[in-house]
Amino acid sequence: MTVESTAARKPRRSAGTTAAKSGADTTGTKSAASKRTSAAGKKSPGVPGAPGASGPGPELVQLLTPEGERVKDATYDPYVADITPEELRGLYRDMVLTRRFDAEATSLQRQGELGLWASLLGQEAAQIGSGRATREDDYVFPTYREHGVAWCRGVDPTNLLGMFRGVNNGGWDPNSNNFHLYTIVIGSQTLHATGYAMGIAKDGADSAVIAYFGDGASSQGDVAESFTFSAVYNAPVVFFCQNNQWAISEPTEKQTRVPLYQRAQGYGFPGVRVDGNDVLACLAVTKWALERARRGEGPTLVEAYTYRMGAHTTSDDPTKYRADEEREAWEAKDPILRLRTYLEASNHADEGFFAELEAESEALGKRVREVVRAMPDPDHFAIFENVYADGHALVDEERAQFAAYQASFADEGEGK
Amino acid sequence: MAAEKMALAKAINESLRTALDADPKVLIMGEDVGKLGGVFRVTDGLQKDFGEDRVIDTPLAESGIVGTAIGLALRGYRPVVEIQFDGFVFPAYDQIVTQLAKMHARALGKIKLPVVIRIPYGGGIGAVEHHSESPEALFAHVAGLKVVSPSNASDAYWMMQQAIQSDDPVIFFEPKRRYWDKGEVTTDAIPGPLHKAVVAREGSDLTLAAYGPMVKVCLEAAAAAQEEGKSIEVLDLRSMSPIDFDSVQASVEKTRRLVVVHEAPVFLGTGAEIAARITERCFYHLEAPVLRVGGYHAPYPPARLEEEYLPGLDRVLDAVDRSLAY
Ligand SMILES: Cc1ncc(C[n+]2csc(CCOP(=O)(O)OP(=O)(O)O)c2C)c(N)n1
Repeated sequence: MTVESTAARKPRRSAGTTAAKSGADTTGTKSAASKRTSAAGKKSPGVPGAPGASGPGPELVQLLTPEGERVKDATYDPYVADITPEELRGLYRDMVLTRRFDAEATSLQRQGELGLWASLLGQEAAQIGSGRATREDDYVFPTYREHGVAWCRGVDPTNLLGMFRGVNNGGWDPNSNNFHLYTIVIGSQTLHATGYAMGIAKDGADSAVIAYFGDGASSQGDVAESFTFSAVYNAPVVFFCQNNQWAISEPTEKQTRVPLYQRAQGYGFPGVRVDGNDVLACLAVTKWALERARRGEGPTLVEAYTYRMGAHTTSDDPTKYRADEEREAWEAKDPILRLRTYLEASNHADEGFFAELEAESEALGKRVREVVRAMPDPDHFAIFENVYADGHALVDEERAQFAAYQASFADEGEGK
Repeated sequence: MAAEKMALAKAINESLRTALDADPKVLIMGEDVGKLGGVFRVTDGLQKDFGEDRVIDTPLAESGIVGTAIGLALRGYRPVVEIQFDGFVFPAYDQIVTQLAKMHARALGKIKLPVVIRIPYGGGIGAVEHHSESPEALFAHVAGLKVVSPSNASDAYWMMQQAIQSDDPVIFFEPKRRYWDKGEVTTDAIPGPLHKAVVAREGSDLTLAAYGPMVKVCLEAAAAAQEEGKSIEVLDLRSMSPIDFDSVQASVEKTRRLVVVHEAPVFLGTGAEIAARITERCFYHLEAPVLRVGGYHAPYPPARLEEEYLPGLDRVLDAVDRSLAY
């Protein structure tokens, strides 16, 4: 994903400052656009070394089946054993509201209010399950799609939209919710997470760190280096890979010949594959991994096996590289539906709950819409803000030149 | 502590020791920095005295070294990272440029990245490929980074102190062929700010501006020119980002001629920037175009040829003559 196109803005004095061609395909998918039929259907089980070996395989941790049935897992059940009906409803609410927020952002992009959007549709369980497993003092290093995790961390979702609208390059204080900035360069943040975790270990604190990345990012050297560093220094970090089957147009088979979670073994720490559409399992497995980290037992790789139901970003056209049947097959595993089925079957939620949530969703959508539309363009001088913490002579000089240039227009009575 | 004569490498070592002593958040990280004390022994003895938790031997992964240093800085530490040689910084270039340089601005100034990246740079030691390069312009071009290079032991000591105390990322280029040059280090008289240029030798006919390893060459050139009756001022820039243009301007307004000298290729280098800015600022003072002396647009040559490639006394004096001939 490249954030090149900015939100539609009013043309100004100089053509150079207006929005880039919005909707331009900046992702390079076109060149890679050979029509291919669904690889998922042909995947063999997770046999190391076998072609297509990144399929689900036998070792997928699951607590809720796609049919919404609660199944037992001796290892991970204890981590959700004390979960209350209210907390279950909370997880459901998180997923529904996150999906609503995501849908609103997608529409806003279509309406020209955002330059780009990376949808999390289909990945709600992976994000809410893992996000809710974190403690307030834990630190989260996201990539660019972790809207659900941000939600769990208490980040106001409208804060996430600034960079997609083009009014800032990040725009929130990472320390106010222990939720780091979105990272566009894929894989970079896994090293920051590892370094941060090394710092926690040095401080003798019992917090932990969780780093998010995709199956495509797993091929990056930085991810490999973060595995090395975290293992060598026994850093309290959980690597949470959302294998959503695709890296733009490339299937997971273009990244790896072995199931991703098995990579951890080579670095000397455990790897687990969890059903990424099962919020309970994601919660349990991530809790387990975070607790290991807190106990000083080092890193864990969690591979959440899931699916990106939408396009990679709003600039992407998945019809060029994947078959409709594939998405349909995954829709049957929808994370929200399966929890709803379970909540209803176990009488943990009634009609009133769902109706109230529906109303809350609508209100959230409305608020997001209003906030985004009211989001002001940044002050011109923001260009020069915070380039350095201690200042820099060249920045000062150029800011002054810029100010004089701007002022020359005011003199001509043009104003801004 | 008063004045003491020590080699430039030792001055950095003392400086790191002082910083480790003063602030428990300061960490040293890099390949071989621990037991070995670094391939140039700049970190010699530090691990013995401060332990493996403060002076950290890292895996051989430059992106990993810088990337984890960023994370440690986010956690409140002040990592001082060693890249073993100039040519090996590139695996980390992505982390430095896309992450380290920009995070402070992206976070609206709410987080600080006090990371120092030490890079022994430059040629003249007869090394093999990738051990003699001067990539400072590649870093100076990136907003968010500060780039400095000391030319003598005293500056090495103090500039390292200042770099570590800076809340901005600083790329600290160490002139490796000057590591063994000795100089007075006064550890109680604090010199000027990190990014201020200093007049290393006064003169009135022409200004030679240089930094790092080339300052010594320029001082020698000025001494040689003196014998021919020419009075050359030598300016030690010390900082490539920001560049202290005010000091360059002041000197040029006095001498009316400027030659910039560096080891790095001339094309699109630090000298080009200085020539452009000084031409703009001092157009009516200049008696001659600003000239540059530096490396060629060619890969750094094998050691047997480096004397041809590197600016030496004669090339500097030749430029001085050309400037004075206008
Ligand atoms: C270093 C780098 N190379 C290329 C890109 C362009 N790009 C953005 S996202 C992406 C695919 C990432 O796929 P994956 O890691 O599986 O994550 P997903 O988007 O599927 O969650 C690519 C190639 C980038 N952002 N960074």
